[in-house]
Amino acid sequence: MADLELRAISKRFNSHAVLHDISLKVADGAFTILLGPSGCGKSTLLRVIAGLEPQTAGEVLIGGRSVDALSPADRDIAMVFQHYALYPHLSVRENLAFGLAMRKTPRNVIEERIAETAHLLDISPLLDRKPKDLSGGQRQRVAMGRAMVRKPKLFLFDEPLSNLDAQLRTNTRIELKKLQQRLGVTMIYVTHDQVEAMTLGDVIVVMERGRIRQADPPHETYLRPADPFVAGFIGTPPMNLWAGTLDRRPGGWIFRRGGLEVPVPPLRTDLSGHTDADVILGVRPEDIRIEPTAEPSVRLEAAIDVSEDLGADQILHCSVMDERIIVRVSQRPPIPAGRRLSLSVPQDKWHLFHENRRLN
Amino acid sequence: MAQRLLLACGIALTVAGSLAPFLWFALTSFKTQAEVEAVPPLWWPSGGWHFYRVALFDHHLLAYVANSVIVAGSTTMLALAIGIPAAYVLARVKLPGKAWFLGGLLTVSMFPQMAIAGPVWRLLADVQGLNTHWGLVLPYVTFSLPIVVWILASFFRELPAELEEAARVDGCTTWQTLTKIMLPLAAPGIFTAAILTFIYAWNEFFFALLILTQPGKQTLPLGIALFQGEFTIPWGELAAASVLATLPLVLMVLLFQRWIISGLSAGAVKG
Repeated sequence: MADLELRAISKRFNSHAVLHDISLKVADGAFTILLGPSGCGKSTLLRVIAGLEPQTAGEVLIGGRSVDALSPADRDIAMVFQHYALYPHLSVRENLAFGLAMRKTPRNVIEERIAETAHLLDISPLLDRKPKDLSGGQRQRVAMGRAMVRKPKLFLFDEPLSNLDAQLRTNTRIELKKLQQRLGVTMIYVTHDQVEAMTLGDVIVVMERGRIRQADPPHETYLRPADPFVAGFIGTPPMNLWAGTLDRRPGGWIFRRGGLEVPVPPLRTDLSGHTDADVILGVRPEDIRIEPTAEPSVRLEAAIDVSEDLGADQILHCSVMDERIIVRVSQRPPIPAGRRLSLSVPQDKWHLFHENRRLN
Repeated sequence: MAQRLLLACGIALTVAGSLAPFLWFALTSFKTQAEVEAVPPLWWPSGGWHFYRVALFDHHLLAYVANSVIVAGSTTMLALAIGIPAAYVLARVKLPGKAWFLGGLLTVSMFPQMAIAGPVWRLLADVQGLNTHWGLVLPYVTFSLPIVVWILASFFRELPAELEEAARVDGCTTWQTLTKIMLPLAAPGIFTAAILTFIYAWNEFFFALLILTQPGKQTLPLGIALFQGEFTIPWGELAAASVLATLPLVLMVLLFQRWIISGLSAGAVKG
């Protein structure tokens, strides 16, 4: 086990820059998620950490020691690949033993480790089978086992659950979480699935176009997204975001977009000099109330255009003046489309951004 | 239904057409001299191993077989030993001008043998390679390498790159990745290339005739061709020798067929 530090990592393929100046610290024993849309560079970053891809600039430190000159094997990391990459001509036992044998581990130690890992992952009955005789979930476990059996300093996962069906993915996710808590190992986990990110991670690193947009614990990322990209990326349905301008009024600031005016929530930032500034205002669908609340809140008169009933929840696609707003409520019986509603948004539920920075 | 019947008939006709000359030779090899020369021709032989005895013992066929095994075997081994690493590099490593190199290989394999016979003979004469087995193996390897490299490179390309990355993380050098992971998985391709090379070297006539003039060194096709007497063609002996020359190839293909199964790499990736 060890901590990981990335110092100003950049990566270019020919003239195409994939990673820009990535710096990140991962604490020993932390479960860190690299989350982002496809093409954001998260897999490339993982491969740089693994040593499978050399970085163009910057430094990778594992356990405080620079590993840039080391091969993937010498970095003492283990990787679980998206398609598992089990050796098809070897049995499960031989697959688990392979990395240890390459490191000249004594035979009896290998046997011991395999037995231990197989027991932990519940794959003991599969040891003499070939990968082609395993189900998707079993292959996934064997791939995990191959990583664990070596007891590496760092575990790297490249979308390991993306090939499993929904039910299996949920189960495996929970087991993975348990496993990590039990073993207390450092894990870096690449995914584009925000549910995996929210449930598994101690820290979520949100990436977009080769840059880190935010690196915070899941609840912090959800409650206080650092910029409009993170705000729109985390959460289902996504946060309502409106681009508009700031206006000074006697007694405070106002967000204005077309005919829509919203009093600006209490801010941490000093706004003087921001008159007429372009800003983005956001509110999560689940933070909007359809009954009046006691908290200080903003009232919006809305008409329901489309109503989607998800069973437990209902998604209302509404119009406020000319703006669209999505509201998520758990209301029984469901509210039909065409109705008019009075929405209230508590003051502290607004998110305000300016030039990719959070203002409140 | 009618379509399938037509297809079956077509296949049967094709197979019969291809096998007919061979069958005729096989039947001839079991005839007596009188039956061979009978007019109109007789279909069914009365049986007998006479021609086989003559071919094996009077014409020393086994010596030619031994020469052929040495030449074809060495050619195959050498072609694979050079072709496998070359194909792996061409399939996986990013090299400038790789496409040109592969194209060049293909071009080389298209040279008419007649055009290079003279230079090859002169070169071998200079290095005392005439009338030696290695003198024949050398050009054979050169001629078969392009096809070996092409077959193997396409096999290596098909294998998932994740497997090699897993091997690197597990501690394999490039050479170990090739021998421990990629070779077992490319086995069908390797057997295919091996069989094609072996058959080529086993059957090749022109260069063998050019390079091997001493009877003791000559390969099977030469040996059989030189059966011909001064005034008569010994059809019976030729037939028996040809059957004997073909049998090892047929046996080898049947034997290796079990290995040339696709889908060996099934289960490597999600599947």
